[in-house]
Amino acid sequence: MSDAPALLRVEGLTKHFPVHGGPLNRRVATVRAVDDVSLAVAAGETLGIVGESGCGKSTTARLLMRLIEPDRGRLLFDGREVGAAGGIDVTTLRRQMQMVFQDSYASLNPRMTILGSIAYAPRMHGLAARAADARAEALLDRVGLEPRQFARRYPHELSGGQRQRVNIARALALQPRLVILDEAVSALDKSVAAQVLNLLADLKQQFNLTYLFISHDLNVVEYISDRVLVMYLGQVVETGPVAAIYGRPRHPYTRALLASKPTLDPDRRTISLPLTGDPPNPIDPPSGCRFRTRCGFADAVCAARTPPLAAPLGHPPDAHLVACHVPAAQQQAIHGH
Amino acid sequence: MAPLQAIGAIGVPPLTSVPASPGYWRGVWRRLLRDPLTIGVTILLVAIILCAIFAPLVATQDPTLGHVLGRLQPIGSAGHWLGTDETGRDMWARLAYGGRLSLLAGIAPVAISLVVGGLLGITAGYLGGLANTLIMRAMDVFYAFPSILLAIAICGMLGSGLSNAILALALVFVPPMTRIAETVTTQCRGLDFVEAARASGTSAAQIIRHHILANVLGPIMVYATSLISLSIILSAGLSFLGLGATPPTPEWGLMLNALRQSIYVQPYVAALPGLLIFITSMCFNLASDGLRGAMDVRLAR
Amino acid sequence: MLVFVIRRLLQAIPILIGVSLVVFALVHLVPGDPIDILLPPDASPAVIAQMKAAFGFDRPLYIQYLLWLGHALSGDFGLSIFTTEPVGPALAAALLNTLQLAVPAAVLGFGFGIALGLISAFHHNRWPDKLAAIATTAGVSMPHYWCAIVVVLLCSVLHDWLPAQGMGDADLPLIDRLRYLVLPVATLAFIPMGVIGRLVRATVLEILGRDFPAALAAKGLTRWPILRHVCRNAAPPVLALMGLQFGYLLGGSILVETVFNWPGSGNLLNLAIFRRDIPVLQATILVLASFFVLLNLLVDIAQAAIDPRLRR
Repeated sequence: MSDAPALLRVEGLTKHFPVHGGPLNRRVATVRAVDDVSLAVAAGETLGIVGESGCGKSTTARLLMRLIEPDRGRLLFDGREVGAAGGIDVTTLRRQMQMVFQDSYASLNPRMTILGSIAYAPRMHGLAARAADARAEALLDRVGLEPRQFARRYPHELSGGQRQRVNIARALALQPRLVILDEAVSALDKSVAAQVLNLLADLKQQFNLTYLFISHDLNVVEYISDRVLVMYLGQVVETGPVAAIYGRPRHPYTRALLASKPTLDPDRRTISLPLTGDPPNPIDPPSGCRFRTRCGFADAVCAARTPPLAAPLGHPPDAHLVACHVPAAQQQAIHGH
Repeated sequence: MAPLQAIGAIGVPPLTSVPASPGYWRGVWRRLLRDPLTIGVTILLVAIILCAIFAPLVATQDPTLGHVLGRLQPIGSAGHWLGTDETGRDMWARLAYGGRLSLLAGIAPVAISLVVGGLLGITAGYLGGLANTLIMRAMDVFYAFPSILLAIAICGMLGSGLSNAILALALVFVPPMTRIAETVTTQCRGLDFVEAARASGTSAAQIIRHHILANVLGPIMVYATSLISLSIILSAGLSFLGLGATPPTPEWGLMLNALRQSIYVQPYVAALPGLLIFITSMCFNLASDGLRGAMDVRLAR
Repeated sequence: MLVFVIRRLLQAIPILIGVSLVVFALVHLVPGDPIDILLPPDASPAVIAQMKAAFGFDRPLYIQYLLWLGHALSGDFGLSIFTTEPVGPALAAALLNTLQLAVPAAVLGFGFGIALGLISAFHHNRWPDKLAAIATTAGVSMPHYWCAIVVVLLCSVLHDWLPAQGMGDADLPLIDRLRYLVLPVATLAFIPMGVIGRLVRATVLEILGRDFPAALAAKGLTRWPILRHVCRNAAPPVLALMGLQFGYLLGGSILVETVFNWPGSGNLLNLAIFRRDIPVLQATILVLASFFVLLNLLVDIAQAAIDPRLRR
């Protein structure tokens, strides 16, 4: 990867949700959904974020879009801090950064035509109605839906894949530079998902986009990403180029995740369970390293100190970084590979 | 990655020729037109409303002029096809003119509370948090009173008169209207497309206007129509107690009260005003049901 | 569960305080002085001042409010301006009379309502449904004061079956006294029947549309056990509405009581309004509204007891 400056830099993003209970509805516990997450996305690359359900991926996406306010952390877009004096405000950020959601049906206003939904944002930002409609029609065409057939239709008349194409078109309507795709193909049939993924690749090339691709599907992430970030229980545990992560995973969780991929290859059958136990509760995460209760290599030091991610922002963008106390060599010795 | 790319070469299959959807509200309209009960009820309502509006054309006699000698004529008398009331005034004229006030007293409070309660409820629903808590807790206090009780208390305080009754009823209807508006707005706000709209950097007012309103107005209107039927009953009830319209104004509730003693003399004439209240209220209820049914279509996904 | 009960009780307290404030404000913002009704127009200022002092109207409003509230909480509602009798006992007696109407009306109305609603739901879109739906919609659209008049017309005027007014003398045998109950109770029962009937129909239809009744039938259950399961699911919202309706029967009986001249709390309220009898007004509205709040509280607790999901 080149030395291009990061388009998006996130430092120490944190969000805790209070849990209320008791007779006076006081805060009784805290869900530590996202804890000190830092990452950088270079212009023109696709960063994949993987993890189990509940690891904080979607919350991170919403924090980035400022749909939820973070408790702590800085967000820098193109070098300028969001929300700080002299930086950019949230509205401007949202013109540069857009999001595609998982539920293609719920993402569209059932009472609005397809064209209306796509043209809505440009119109609200000042574009004349006719120009906005023209742009919307062009986008519809670009995502593979013929405008004459689809423009005046309503969401319920389209299939899942078609709706997701509409959502992509809508995300592109404001001509953003970065698009966050939150489980964008997870709800689609595999063949339809493949079409949409190829469309996304085409669009990225044509419009010079940068993608943040969030998914729990390891295969999809491997197919589309340049770099990958692995999250567990609200924290980043490993990050690096896709080949390194999938080929030489260094964090025990990543190894277990990759080992649990079902495969049709008879030579790579899963013999023993790679991961045991249920994911612990984000309300009361284990002390130190959060993965230690399910880790085969856990040591005393793992309970005492949270392993750092080895200063991710200081390293070159394609460095392979891992948050684990146990060195790779030791893991290899224990596990045999 | 070859297999995926091969699949990707397949384009989007063309849509079989299905006519474009007419849109949600047109669909509602069409379903309404296919419902005979709702159509019948609506026609009846329109007839009643037209008679009330055009009372001078429909009823030729003066509703305030009465002959004491000709009082309490039965139905079918010469010149008074619905009889006369206790001071000899023509019943048909009084019912027609009375319709104006009774319908006004039924619709106006709902219209007022629709605007006020709708605004409060949508605001509370969209903003959430502290604003929501403040508004809804304030409404809760008024919810603690049975509607009639509150209406009577406010009316008793303001004094009699139809405009006071309308005001009192409007105040009584604001809390339930606010609650309905808040509930549906909160539901709508949690949906992904509203989040997507927020993510596109548009202002709250724009989002409410373009996304929330269209989705929320339906249930609110259904509730408002059913509220009209209650409003007609309550306003006539207030007049019945002497808290609404004052004599000699023709108004159905007031007429019902005035004719109470005459029940022993001309029972059928005495029951007429109430019959009209009942029919009008029932029509509004059935129309509201029909509207809800037409709107509640499980759209094909 | 206990936590839920405590939380609901705590929530009810500010509402009750708010209610008392509203009642006080309503009554005291009445234009016109109640004293004027009692005294001749040429009464001297000294006499007026004396009367005001006797009723405590000369002190600042918030002091009046606190005094009134304090006394009310201990059961002392003051003296009626009109009858100079203590308000408390009169109100209690009137409430008892209203209860004699409200409870049978509730039982009658809810019973018929549930029956009609179930018939409607289980024979959806066939003729029993249509008939029952008409009956329940008529119930909801019924101006009960008119219904009262019609009912009196049919049963007292045209046929002299039942008495039209009042409660009957206290020394009459019970059977005869019950005859006075029939018409008012029947009239009052109409609206709850309609409201409950419509809700039961809608709720049961919605439950039947879910998957689990079919699953139960596939398991081999016959009709009655399935009905029990359906009813348990339908119970919470219906119970809530029944509580609400009972509250309306108690607090909203004024119109029917006026027609039948029944000496209940509604009638008392009616007279108090026209006589501008402030202590009676305040006491009656406060007690009725508080009843309503407590009733809602009980209903919420009952609902949470049945359906654990409601115990947020």
